[in-house]
Amino acid sequence: MRRSLSMLAGAAAVALALTACGGDSTTPSADEANASEATGEVGVFTWWADGSEKAGLDALVSIFNEQYPDLTFNNLAVAGGAGSQAKAVLAAQLQAGNPPDSFQAHAGAELQDYIVADQLEDLSSFYEEKDLASAFPADLMERLTVDGKIYSVPSNIHRANVVWANVEVLEAAGLDPKSPPEDLDAWFADMDKIKAAGVTPLSVAGSWTQVQLFENIMLATLGADGYNGLWDGSTDWSGSEVTEGIENYKKALSYSNSDRNTLSDWGPATQLVEDGSAAYNVMGDWAEAKFQQDGKVAGEDYVYFPTPGTDGIFDFLADSFTLPVGAENPAGSKAWLNTISSVEGQQAFNAAKGSIPARTDVPVEEFSEYQKSAIADFKENTIVSSLAHGAAVPVSWMNELSTAVNKFGGTGDVDALQKSAAEIAEKFGK
Amino acid sequence: MFKRIKSWGPPLLLVTPSIILVAVFVYVLIGQNLQISMTNKHTAAPATKSVGFDNYIRLLQDDDFQHSLRNLGLLTVVFLAGTLIFGFLWAWILERPAFGEGFFRSVYLAPMAVSFIASGVVWRWLLSSLQTDQPGGERASGLNRLLDDVGLGFLQNSWWSDPNWGIAAIAVPAIWQLSGYVMALFLAGFRGIPDELREAARIDGCSEWKLYRHVIFPQLSPVMLSAVIIIGHMSLKLFDLIRAIVPDANTYAIQVPATEMWVKYIGGDYADSAAIGMIMLVLVALVVIPYLVYTSRQEKR
Repeated sequence: MRRSLSMLAGAAAVALALTACGGDSTTPSADEANASEATGEVGVFTWWADGSEKAGLDALVSIFNEQYPDLTFNNLAVAGGAGSQAKAVLAAQLQAGNPPDSFQAHAGAELQDYIVADQLEDLSSFYEEKDLASAFPADLMERLTVDGKIYSVPSNIHRANVVWANVEVLEAAGLDPKSPPEDLDAWFADMDKIKAAGVTPLSVAGSWTQVQLFENIMLATLGADGYNGLWDGSTDWSGSEVTEGIENYKKALSYSNSDRNTLSDWGPATQLVEDGSAAYNVMGDWAEAKFQQDGKVAGEDYVYFPTPGTDGIFDFLADSFTLPVGAENPAGSKAWLNTISSVEGQQAFNAAKGSIPARTDVPVEEFSEYQKSAIADFKENTIVSSLAHGAAVPVSWMNELSTAVNKFGGTGDVDALQKSAAEIAEKFGK
Repeated sequence: MFKRIKSWGPPLLLVTPSIILVAVFVYVLIGQNLQISMTNKHTAAPATKSVGFDNYIRLLQDDDFQHSLRNLGLLTVVFLAGTLIFGFLWAWILERPAFGEGFFRSVYLAPMAVSFIASGVVWRWLLSSLQTDQPGGERASGLNRLLDDVGLGFLQNSWWSDPNWGIAAIAVPAIWQLSGYVMALFLAGFRGIPDELREAARIDGCSEWKLYRHVIFPQLSPVMLSAVIIIGHMSLKLFDLIRAIVPDANTYAIQVPATEMWVKYIGGDYADSAAIGMIMLVLVALVVIPYLVYTSRQEKR
């Protein structure tokens, strides 16, 4: 008996030692990988798990299957919180040296964290090969380029400064849905009327949607240049203009639903407008796809307009895909990036997701009225980067500012928010 | 010599794997965590220098972190008091031979079988903050709606959304879940007291109250201590329940060190995240180590 016990223990120790090594497979380098020879599985990590986002991804995958019949698409989507859950899972996998073949990230400052950690392959040669620089607008290329290199391929462009409004509620409060308010003060005056009619004027959800509302109000108060200055240091966070912006944000919050922190994501907040429980919702244009899917008609059931005070400004964010360092199937990753950057891929994806294509040469006929207007606006408007969606500042900055903005939702202390926002900008700014 | 090896060799070999596993996956990793917490790795970029205890000092001076610690204290106090009161009360009621004891024992113990995540999903809905007398109040759900329906509308409140006292609302589902466990502990304690002792006390002329005060309660104090330690350290590391109830981890009202550590980790602030982890480890150790010392002394006696 004793003997067999000791053997068992010995065997356990050996097994332990064996599991510690191994798992060392060789992967081809990313530069040599050739998309046309790709086979096997491509694991793609996104946070598009349901609704219009899932529909968009499905459309993209069907094009991918057509273009690359030899490859199998492996969906690694993680749901929830505008990607915050997914980003946490992804960060753990990247840290462990076990990256997916491609993952979704917001184009712009959010990529910086991955780049400084050497987690992304340089895709500049991929861009040259496909001549993508001429297919994407110059504004976008500028935001994708970091120190002369490009690390991601955008699938779409979203606008974050759009107000969605319920026509019936507006009419019941004696407002004309066809003539949106021109500035914040006019908007607040309208909200007073809606409040008097007994309806919640503005719907907001949990913390990132509050940050997006904050961003919209700051943009409306400071204008495009002042807003950009918040991130590059040319606008003083301690200045009186910022105070005014925070005061405006406080006022906007006072019109919002009191259960905002208990709403789990943007969907429930937008639903309030759809149901007529609230009049306005400030949300990115992914809301358009939700209204469409729920069978609502633009102009009859709902209207949309740029957040009052931000007309002529396009608050931009883009979803983009990457080639992580150490991906198992880099050839397959490139095939996936090919599909995303192709005219067919962008057309199918954006028609379903409600965003607009990043390429300028995609035919516009099949897009909805909203999308056509957004495509036109993107060409003409001043473009600024979204704070809440990782385009304006790195994640760590955004994260701390989000905490401060969420805290403000409870305390309403203008001085405290301004002071901590200034400190955060100093800590992370250049 | 060989004989001796024969006697302690095999047992040692048997426990070696777990010793190695614990050494690597607990103590080495704690060491690594400590090392990261003393660097300036506040972004995804590699750390450039060691900063000693600067991160700890900055965190402990930070208003937001103090808020987290205060929340943790409040949560622990409410959670402890609630489970002890309810657990004792139920055990006390069931202690007397009563009809349906087995049934009620299962009813009180059942919530413990549910994971915090699963019950959190239900309590998220129950603790929704919209009140019926607010604008949009017709949508109010959960406890607020229930209270209004039974005519106790004045009891409605914003639950965990309140920035100062909200964390106490998180203790409510936690109490619901663990009171049964404390009840089981106390019940075992009550049953461990021999009937002869009670009889003897009664014969000596003890009133029922005096019997409890001088005979039974003193014998329950080790049970009480175990309950305080178990509930106390659970409260210190409570994370899953909060995450399941509150949709966004980055919500100021319910921030405790465990959730703040998570938020910093997602944001790529690895040094601060590791430092908060170490602070939590110290807090749990402050509770658990004296208890281990106490029990080992008890056993030696």
